[in-house]
Amino acid sequence: MSPDTTSVVELNDLTKRYGDVQALRGITLRIAAGEIVAMLGPNGAGKTTSLSLMLGLRRPSSGDVRLFGLPPTDRRARSRAGVMLQESGAPGVLTVRELIALFASYYPAPLPVEQALAMAGLEDKAAARVATLSGGQRQRLYFALAVGGNPEALFLDEPTVGMDIEARRAFVAGIQALAGAGKSVIFTTHYLREAEELATRIVVIDRGVVIADATPRALMARVAGKRVSFTVAEPLPADAFAGLVISALDVSDGRVRFLTSEPETALRRLFARGVEPRDLEVAGADLEEAVLSLTRRPEGA
Amino acid sequence: MTAPLLGMLGAQTLAELRARWRVAAFSVTSLVLPVVFFTFFGLPYASQTFPDGVSVGAYLLVSFAAYGVGNVMVYGFGIGVANERGMKVDLLMRATPLPPAVAVLAKVLVALAFALVSIVVLIVFGVVVGGIRQDLTVWLQVIARLLAGSMPFVGLGFAIGYTAGPHAAPALANLIYLPLSFASGLFLPVSQLPGFVQKIAPYLPSYHYGQLAWSAVGARAEPLAVSLAWLAGYTVVFLAIAMRAYRREETRKFA
Repeated sequence: MSPDTTSVVELNDLTKRYGDVQALRGITLRIAAGEIVAMLGPNGAGKTTSLSLMLGLRRPSSGDVRLFGLPPTDRRARSRAGVMLQESGAPGVLTVRELIALFASYYPAPLPVEQALAMAGLEDKAAARVATLSGGQRQRLYFALAVGGNPEALFLDEPTVGMDIEARRAFVAGIQALAGAGKSVIFTTHYLREAEELATRIVVIDRGVVIADATPRALMARVAGKRVSFTVAEPLPADAFAGLVISALDVSDGRVRFLTSEPETALRRLFARGVEPRDLEVAGADLEEAVLSLTRRPEGA
Repeated sequence: MTAPLLGMLGAQTLAELRARWRVAAFSVTSLVLPVVFFTFFGLPYASQTFPDGVSVGAYLLVSFAAYGVGNVMVYGFGIGVANERGMKVDLLMRATPLPPAVAVLAKVLVALAFALVSIVVLIVFGVVVGGIRQDLTVWLQVIARLLAGSMPFVGLGFAIGYTAGPHAAPALANLIYLPLSFASGLFLPVSQLPGFVQKIAPYLPSYHYGQLAWSAVGARAEPLAVSLAWLAGYTVVFLAIAMRAYRREETRKFA
């Protein structure tokens, strides 16, 4: 099999249960070589679990996982994947350079250590022991370890958590350089800006299922409605919002907020139902709100 | 395409060697403690001989050498593995192409290297300071036997490392290994231990480990095959305990 025709990742109807918790409820996903995929979703949505299954760090309850067409625990598959995990540690008594060189020995065609150091912006810290690094520097080290093996695909779980602004800038530049070199990158994130900035594809996961899978632009077009908010003097009729195409409805202290792609229709029908909005505001929703609207159940559904 | 396993093993061994060496609590303890104990318990009798003509100094020296090798294995693996688990280094390694067997082999090689150095340091000390004389072949046989017979302590170390957390591991290792060494005659000859301990001793792994060394310097000991059978049995038992604890953790962390 040539690397060009094999998917980087294939997930087929994957489920994962931890005790009583159903973390994944049937995820099917194919990631091709060269894609930069952001996996986006709220805490506990199943992003990290999906990534763990892709890498064979955990076993699925049902369904099938392939990494480069192989079982993800296969050494040939692992040799093509660089990984940065959220909660891993590193041996503190080795120096940064030593640890990067050690990891390079695990891979068939690693980068020179100096290059991995430079990509992570760790040149100044090369001789420092790992235990002395700050949280942000440690995060950069994990990035250096992930890229140091010169893998075809990178898997990064919440890569920028704990990074300072400088580290984050270096990281973004690093990802863009990798993308330019034709690598695949799969990363999870809370930061929508990050997804929009870096990804060619955004996969939104919520409660263990994929609820959106599109380019950032298409995702915006699909969900980017308007944020409507107004105040009401009298209590709303119980069925005020029935049948309206809105989401993220929130009524508190007489202030009503929701998202919709058809604000005119929604307002016309509210007027017709005797609702009298005051202090009406209609504004463009930002990506954060847009995706938030996807991760909440539509009202009336 | 994958990286050559031998290259991985080399790099992994070098990294383990550096990591172990830099933890003074481990490297100093491994190399210095047997010498210190021998100085207190062995050196005063270095020039004496047992009624059967065996040098008391040589007997005690190889006893402490046996203690020292077991010490390297039990502490190296026990505390090393518990620390790696505590710092979640295991999680970091798990996602790499490094086969777990290569990682374990590197640890064993480094532990054997430390054990070798600890024996040599002790023997040189005994020869130079204590004036203990044995043929070179005897010393070489002591070294070879103690290294080859050390596997039960590798197993015990792993069992501790996968059972205890990073804070409990040193205490647990002390609690198990020190009394074990005492009761097996590694600090004082078994004949000088309290009666009930003398009855327990023949069932302990370090007692049979000590036999390997004692017979090498000419002391009366059980047949070599008996010692090896006991040591093999204990290796299986300790590794089984370690595997059980390892599997339980696998299920918890990675299932």
